[in-house]
Amino acid sequence: MSDPTLLDVRNLTVAYRSAVKSIKALDNVSLTMGRSEIIAIVGESGSGKSTLGLSIINLLQKPPAVVDGGQIIFNGQDLIKLPERELAAIRGTGISMIFQDPLSSLDPVYTVGQQISEAIGMREKRATQHSPGPFSREDPDLKPSGGGPGRVVGVRIPRSRRRRSAYSDEVVEALKRVQIADPERVIDRYPHELSGGMAQRVMIAQAMVQRPSLLIADEPTSALDVTTQAQVLRLMREMRRDLGSSILIVTHDLAVAAQVADRILVMYAGEVVELSDVARIFEKPLHPYTEGLLKSIPRKYRDEGRLEAIPGDVPDLRSLPSGCRFHPRCKYAFDRCTAEHPELIEAQPGRKVACFLRYPA
Amino acid sequence: MTEELLKVDQLVKYFPVRGSFSDQIRRKPRLNVRAVDGVSLSIAPNETLGVVGESGSGKTTLGRTVLMLERPTSGTITFRGETISNLKGEQLRQLRKRMQIVFQNPYSSLDPRARAKDIIAEPLRAFGKGRRDIDEEVGRVLAAVSLPEDSIFRFAHEFSGGQRQRIAIARALVLSPDFVVLDEPTSALDSSVQAQILNLLRKIQDELGLSFMLITHNVDVVKYMAHRIAVMYCGKLVEVGDTRSVLQSPLHPYTLLLVASVPKPDPTKKVGETSAGGEVPSAVNPPVGCRFNPRCPYAQDVCRREEPLLREVAPGRWSACHFAEELKDGSAPVTT
Repeated sequence: MSDPTLLDVRNLTVAYRSAVKSIKALDNVSLTMGRSEIIAIVGESGSGKSTLGLSIINLLQKPPAVVDGGQIIFNGQDLIKLPERELAAIRGTGISMIFQDPLSSLDPVYTVGQQISEAIGMREKRATQHSPGPFSREDPDLKPSGGGPGRVVGVRIPRSRRRRSAYSDEVVEALKRVQIADPERVIDRYPHELSGGMAQRVMIAQAMVQRPSLLIADEPTSALDVTTQAQVLRLMREMRRDLGSSILIVTHDLAVAAQVADRILVMYAGEVVELSDVARIFEKPLHPYTEGLLKSIPRKYRDEGRLEAIPGDVPDLRSLPSGCRFHPRCKYAFDRCTAEHPELIEAQPGRKVACFLRYPA
Repeated sequence: MTEELLKVDQLVKYFPVRGSFSDQIRRKPRLNVRAVDGVSLSIAPNETLGVVGESGSGKTTLGRTVLMLERPTSGTITFRGETISNLKGEQLRQLRKRMQIVFQNPYSSLDPRARAKDIIAEPLRAFGKGRRDIDEEVGRVLAAVSLPEDSIFRFAHEFSGGQRQRIAIARALVLSPDFVVLDEPTSALDSSVQAQILNLLRKIQDELGLSFMLITHNVDVVKYMAHRIAVMYCGKLVEVGDTRSVLQSPLHPYTLLLVASVPKPDPTKKVGETSAGGEVPSAVNPPVGCRFNPRCPYAQDVCRREEPLLREVAPGRWSACHFAEELKDGSAPVTT
């Protein structure tokens, strides 16, 4: 743990290729993340925010996605060069991911308890793999056939007699921690019997039991109601506090980012346009796009005047504007913005921005 | 509210739940989803009423039933002084000219292979308007929603989300309705585009003078758009009143929770530290008494026994809480 850097993404470029065209979803993106840090990636559709999250854990659909360059250094290892088998070992205990739609990411044919047990089993298995000695299955009562420990494939056991895994105490504990009422009953439920908010908390519980050093959360609250969203955001903060995990949260909502993040990375059309700590970015954003996003959040009452909206539309990655990609929508744009592409520079200590307005004179 | 454009009285909409085969042969009583369960409200001319609620609260069903897209189970709807909840056939069809709807997702509510002009002109054709009228009207609404005139021959799939929503708004406006239901009009849009559409809707209301029922889960959107706000929970209205006073000093514990849960774009103001747990209850089998009582920090015995009615607590402020007065003067004791 001497190295303070957990994740170092260097000049990552990812494209989606078809027979005729190639679209750069990520263009030269760099990001370093410390231990126990929460970073929010904020952007709109097509900004590349989800692609960035997925490429770190190497879950991009390939093809069409192609990594065109760059490195993803996690704990000193370049994940891009790592063979799939070693990468699978990092997924889970090293890096976990939770998705926007919990109901489509939980397995519908296994109970909550079985799925969380499987995650615990993976963690334990990995812990024992490093020590010498014969490999032993954690739960001799179960006869896995293809699935991991804790899963019985093809046999539907009546609910009353359903066997629980050796980890059920820990599963109950994990469900309690994500504030699921009545965990003893929820443990035997199938995902379709849960509400969206409960399913998302089960996903978080599943991620938490693996004690990952990095959690990637892709729009974790977008499918949830506000009152449930508040609970999930609080859980994220607790996960960092109790487990020391770093969290990379991908969101389109600056308010959500403000609630949990230490630093914010703003993306636009596949590029990083601003990177800053959360306090200063909300106080005074440096990039006109961030400024526009902040101003377009409705905060006023009806009788307090109009919102200042960003004109135009999110650009199409197939036909990007010249120069700065934001210039057609930017109210400060001048000649240089149409002709030249601004690089990300350190405008203030710890704050980076890609805008000519912030270039030293 | 001397003259009301739309008045809804004790509106109920139940959807039957299909029981299992064994339930049917055993003649078990039929169950219903009580999507809208006794809602009364009114909307004045040129007014925007914001209906906020979480998923499953019945807000979308309320919007659809008010437009008679769903037949109410019981209750009456009065539009411009005329009862419309019993209309059928041609009379109902004629009513459609006066009331329109904009749906949430402009990717699914517009035919991708239709040209913008045909989408917008379809309501006019349905009412037998001639070609000259159609061109004139389409031109008028295109200008109203700020779409370039040359875009009318493009196909719906060629437009971005924000532009599609403009087309959907144009289609709703083309018959010059008095009343439009906006069902989550910006939820499917990018945040930088949402503000454009909200501003557009306010401009249209100012210029054309019509009433909106804005249905959304987003408290910020209602705050910016609505004159009055109606908070829905589990098929019931729990609070109605002027937007500013409701959001600043809620008189129902659910409104309090809702307002406190909205994340603020300000890192120094964290939410969720105090939020109540629990979930929106099932609308098939709602809790006895007040439907919010299992989650309510102020719940007393009476809340588990008697259902509170929506009543006027202060001028223009309606709340369905047994302890609305205590909430108002801050003397409500927290029980959990």
